[in-house]
Amino acid sequence: MKKLLMATAAAALTAGTAFADGHAKEVKLGVLFGFTGPIESLTPSMAQGAEMAMEEVTESGKLLDGAKVTPVRADTGCIDNGLATANAEKLLAEGVSGIIGGDCSGVTGAVLQNVALPNGMVMISPSASSPGLTSMEDNGLFFRTTPSDARQGEIMAEILKDRGVESIALTYTNNDYGKGLADSIQSAFEAAGGTVTIVTAHEDGKGDYSAEVGALASAGGDVLVVAGYLDQGGLGIIQGALDSGAFDTFGLPDGMIGESLPKNIGPDLDGSFGQIAGSDSKGAEIFAEMAKEVGFDGTSAYSSESYDAAALLLLAMQAANSTEPSDYVGKILDVANAPGEPINPGELGKALEILANGGEIDYQGATGVELIGPGESAGSYREIEVRDGKNETLRFR
Amino acid sequence: MDLLNALVALTNFVIVPGLAYGSQLALGALGVTLIYGILRFSNFAHGDTMAFGAMLTILVTWGFQAMGITFGVLPTALLALPFGILGTIGLMLFTDRTVYRFYRQQKAKPVIFVMVSLGVMFMMNGLVRFIIGPGDQRFADGERFIIKARAFKEMTGLEEGLAIKTTQGITVITAVIVVALLFWFLNKTRTGKSMRAYSDNEDLALLSGINPERVVMYTWMIVAALATIAGVLYGLDKSFKPFTYFQLLLPIFAAAIVGGLGSPLGAIAGGFIIAFSEVTITYAWKKVLAYVLPDHLAPDGLVQLLSTDYKFAVSFAILIVVLLFKPTGLFKGKAV
Repeated sequence: MKKLLMATAAAALTAGTAFADGHAKEVKLGVLFGFTGPIESLTPSMAQGAEMAMEEVTESGKLLDGAKVTPVRADTGCIDNGLATANAEKLLAEGVSGIIGGDCSGVTGAVLQNVALPNGMVMISPSASSPGLTSMEDNGLFFRTTPSDARQGEIMAEILKDRGVESIALTYTNNDYGKGLADSIQSAFEAAGGTVTIVTAHEDGKGDYSAEVGALASAGGDVLVVAGYLDQGGLGIIQGALDSGAFDTFGLPDGMIGESLPKNIGPDLDGSFGQIAGSDSKGAEIFAEMAKEVGFDGTSAYSSESYDAAALLLLAMQAANSTEPSDYVGKILDVANAPGEPINPGELGKALEILANGGEIDYQGATGVELIGPGESAGSYREIEVRDGKNETLRFR
Repeated sequence: MDLLNALVALTNFVIVPGLAYGSQLALGALGVTLIYGILRFSNFAHGDTMAFGAMLTILVTWGFQAMGITFGVLPTALLALPFGILGTIGLMLFTDRTVYRFYRQQKAKPVIFVMVSLGVMFMMNGLVRFIIGPGDQRFADGERFIIKARAFKEMTGLEEGLAIKTTQGITVITAVIVVALLFWFLNKTRTGKSMRAYSDNEDLALLSGINPERVVMYTWMIVAALATIAGVLYGLDKSFKPFTYFQLLLPIFAAAIVGGLGSPLGAIAGGFIIAFSEVTITYAWKKVLAYVLPDHLAPDGLVQLLSTDYKFAVSFAILIVVLLFKPTGLFKGKAV
């Protein structure tokens, strides 16, 4: 038995090296998302978004004279800093040239500090939105295709005010993302003249939220804003608040927007509203179409941001004519912003060619990418209302 | 009227959820305490046994629903429960044969058993995720509420609503029935008595002709039934997700230890103590006080003893206090 195991392991190893040799010009990109944990229902579409960009580039055959782009998936667990840094180390060991990720703000900060900075690796996160990441020391290695939550707080306050909401109760998932978002919603809503009756944290992964719901109900408010995750505590809190008749309407920030929430809660959620990063650019439609052809939902949260993150990495490599992070990192802002030829999803081949000929591009991508300040998206949001068990986009802000 | 409102608000947000959660913890803690009392180790795989039992029940429930069999206003899962229990008994006996029996024959120390159960836990963890996946599964059907908050308001004319979910009612009733059956079994039947004898003094029990393998077998069967019932009730009331069952291990052990490991009565008391301490100490009394007190005394703040962030700290503080002053637990179980 032991011998058989050894033999198989050895065979697998040699097969692995043989495979790698066959594609000498291979660019590996790390896809570092929480495939397990609180947002595990969102990450498959995110990874598919990123991998779609890689495939498109590989098929065009124009990246660095026909290099093949291979994704290497790794798990962050979304809330598990130890797992995330270990897996990021593993990605480096496998020789990736850039990392798309992480997904949740806490692990993204941890990977940035412990792995990316010491090793000079470039990271583009499609979904880490904590305001804390804006000011974090990053040596210019960290970018994100999603706006900071400082912006989201203002948008949420605006939406609440427009709907005539005077007072809210606020609960957040107890991590960097939840805390940062709750702070920004609270300050923006209070600045706009609203009242926040209570701010309370909840832990993810626990089944019983009666204590939290009880406290929230006692404080009262027109709307309960849940800055959590739709697969985790956020779902439990909403279910508990509805069941006990404590709240009827919920404010849903980006972590709570996804197909599974209205499906799990049912018709009681109708009338609740929220926002998620997104734009009305032409790119979003094209991207959704492309995703449909491959067979996944391109409107799923952060799927398009992931496509853009992967595309930006590859375009910057082409512009720098190198896969070395230190060489191409300076080119990311160049390819993302004007001046240059605007590039939509599906036009990566064209973009690569322009860059190869020494031209300039202004990557628009699926989300109308515009990177500001320390390399984060300027930020437009989709306002969403749940109607008949579906997330309907009302307008863009 | 105001007093009634206060009472209803308190019932709705503290007493009803506390009772349901307490019953679920009590059933889980009973399983842990039985294993500890009779097989003499802390079974870390208990949370995942609950998940496994609940998973089997869910699969059978889906089968029934597909065939169009329902249980009227009650959840179909109750019909599927016996099948889930049978399957879980099978798995328990299988693990005992293949894993635990070996260490029993070695007369291994309890701490080795604990580590073994940790290994079993990881195996079952993987097994459940492999079969049903890591995501949320919903399987509750039938009537969702006994009383709805809005209907209660209209009925009574009170300002506060009272909601009692069917699952909460079922949880409490089932827990009472199961506990009564268990106590009858342990105290009145021959097998129950031999189990208690084996738990009190293993050697003496062997001398008086009790077959240890039989006692062990019955223990696993009862534990499998308890775990499945607890798991299904919990899944019906909240939702089924393998990860939350794994996390349940902590409050369940806290409940069993506070009550006294090895004492079934203690497990029940412990379950309710932990559940109510989590809910009451972090409750914001503003609403209740506003009804009870005259207007000029009504509080502006939330009147919350501790923020809900600390709700787990509360149960563990109780645990530590109990261990410090009464190491055998409230109901005099075995020393930990």
